[in-house]
Amino acid sequence: MQARGLVKKYGAREALRGVDFAAQPGELVGVIGPNGAGKTTLLSILAGTVKADEGKVSSPNGEVGWVPQQAALYRRLTVEENLLLFARLEKRAEPRKAVEEMLELTGLAERRGDVVARLSGGNQQRINIAIGLLGQPVTLLLDEPSVGLDPRQRARLWEFVSGLADGGTTVIFSTHDIQEAERYGQRLLVLADGEGLFDGSAEELREAVRGETPEAAGSDFETAFVAFLQHRGH
Amino acid sequence: MRWLLLKDLQILRRSPLQVVLLIAYPVLIALLIGFAISREPGNPRVAFLNEVPPGARVATGAGDRLPAIGVHDRVCRQVECVDVSSRAEAEAKVRDGDVLAALILPADLIDRLNSLGTLDPETPQVDVIVNEEDPLKARVVDDRIDALLARANLFIAKQIAGEGGRYLNLVVEGGHFSVLGTKVEILGLRATASTLESLRPSVPAAKQPALDRVIRFATLARDNLDVAAPLIDRLAQPIEVEKQSVSAPTPPLDVFAVAVAATLTLTFVTLLLVAGSLALEREENTFPRLTGGLVSRSALLGEKVGLGIAVGLIVTLLMLGGVELFVGLDWSRFGLWLIAILAGAAGLGAAGAALGAAARDVRSVSLLAFMISLPVALLSLVPSGAVGATLYDVIRVIAAAFPFKPALQAMTAALDSAGPGIGGPLLHLAILVVAYLALARLALRRFASV
Repeated sequence: MQARGLVKKYGAREALRGVDFAAQPGELVGVIGPNGAGKTTLLSILAGTVKADEGKVSSPNGEVGWVPQQAALYRRLTVEENLLLFARLEKRAEPRKAVEEMLELTGLAERRGDVVARLSGGNQQRINIAIGLLGQPVTLLLDEPSVGLDPRQRARLWEFVSGLADGGTTVIFSTHDIQEAERYGQRLLVLADGEGLFDGSAEELREAVRGETPEAAGSDFETAFVAFLQHRGH
Repeated sequence: MRWLLLKDLQILRRSPLQVVLLIAYPVLIALLIGFAISREPGNPRVAFLNEVPPGARVATGAGDRLPAIGVHDRVCRQVECVDVSSRAEAEAKVRDGDVLAALILPADLIDRLNSLGTLDPETPQVDVIVNEEDPLKARVVDDRIDALLARANLFIAKQIAGEGGRYLNLVVEGGHFSVLGTKVEILGLRATASTLESLRPSVPAAKQPALDRVIRFATLARDNLDVAAPLIDRLAQPIEVEKQSVSAPTPPLDVFAVAVAATLTLTFVTLLLVAGSLALEREENTFPRLTGGLVSRSALLGEKVGLGIAVGLIVTLLMLGGVELFVGLDWSRFGLWLIAILAGAAGLGAAGAALGAAARDVRSVSLLAFMISLPVALLSLVPSGAVGATLYDVIRVIAAAFPFKPALQAMTAALDSAGPGIGGPLLHLAILVVAYLALARLALRRFASV
């Protein structure tokens, strides 16, 4: 997936200012930045749900799966009914088989008949991601997937997502949790005020900080990240 | 689109309260409307006290007496009489709410009526006791009493006029008249003139001019008093009503009531369902996911309006079936019913889609739909002439911009052949469908970007 010179304006406010981005198959890329940095806007543009004012997005290898921050599913339908509906809308040749695959993948086969509203936030998020996978996407976009989950649920979620990347799916996720980004993101894209400030691994970012504020670089990753932003006036 | 429709029906199935309301509401409306229009309006209970002495009769100017008026029977034909024996009892019954009012005929009523034929007339008066505990009841009581007295006055006037006309006829045509049990023959003006004519040749020539004057008087009196009887009769009811309508014939009131009930049912069911199910896509955060490549926005709108039409049709037919228990409907027009319901539901569904696209969640859109549809529906029922011309023009514009009125007109035309045809309302609805769907499409853009 590639994006070149993405610009998005909401009235007078520029949410994205010429952001460039690329991700390789099987890569797990984290998009991080302070509030209002443009993370959700970038992912929405990559997903095709929001149009960029300028720039181009190309995903030559096929489908893009979109998992919004808030679970986008019908809470009054059961787990199975939700999956079956979206499998049919995705025009899967064998929708019921696709549902079984997703139930297996999410580990929710035993709760297939449960109404989604009765599931925990973590399980709802797993269904949310499974729906994003029903289109058999080459690239999966996750907007703050771990928000509201407890540590145990978060660990299970990332185990699940890492498994997808290991299987060759490109996963691009945004998060506020800097430790989580360091732990799971093979590559990080740092945004601030709509600008792309950094694109590389967590270790590369720490190295960059070491040259600017050595004391912060020796500290935890979140402290290093804050120092990185402050050094650039954010 | 069918999978989205299936999904919405599954969600409906998961909302038993909503389904119960969808079914119970039209059935309840059907029962209420059917019950209301299949019953005669009930007679109010009125306490009745007659203080007039039993032998009293209304006398005529000729010294005779009118036939008994039968006041008790006449009054009690129009109201449910509760006979009481005293004013105190009448007052107690009114105060306790046992009766709507008490009607008392005072002892001097007949004397006062008889005085109308004298040089010293008094006003006949009846006493009425009421308990106007609230303005609505006061209005009902006043209307009932006014109607009762108007009928009584008309009856008495007719009796007097009829009696006067009978005596006048006796003077003109002649006949027999009973005085204190003795039959008296009245010659009459017509016979008087003929008799005098026949006697004229035998009267000396010198006296013939005087006889001629008498004959001329008798002839003139006969000819002119001939027209007096109908004139007296007209006094009893001086103005007759001959109704002429400038509009097409209207359907019977019960058919109109059924059409109003059916259209109200269709309005609430379709409007709320379409608006609510579209707002649900936003509430559940599924709108971006659906329109991000799975379905087009137009297809989503089409599915919602289709859902509204299908459910609106079923519920309205259910409601009409319930009304059928009370009011006979013309089932040979069933095809037209379907057309009217489908067209009305399409218009209301399109309006619901526009509302649903403008609202953030199901609760607020339901409230918005009620806040808009109920006053507009009521305004649509305001008849011309009930308000000022300018205000009525404003009401017409508002009613024309919302699908309730054309849907009601289509439904009325479908239920009964009287009145304007169904073509105009269908065209009106078609225009509104296009306009509201365009608005909804426009609002969905905002929906996607917010």
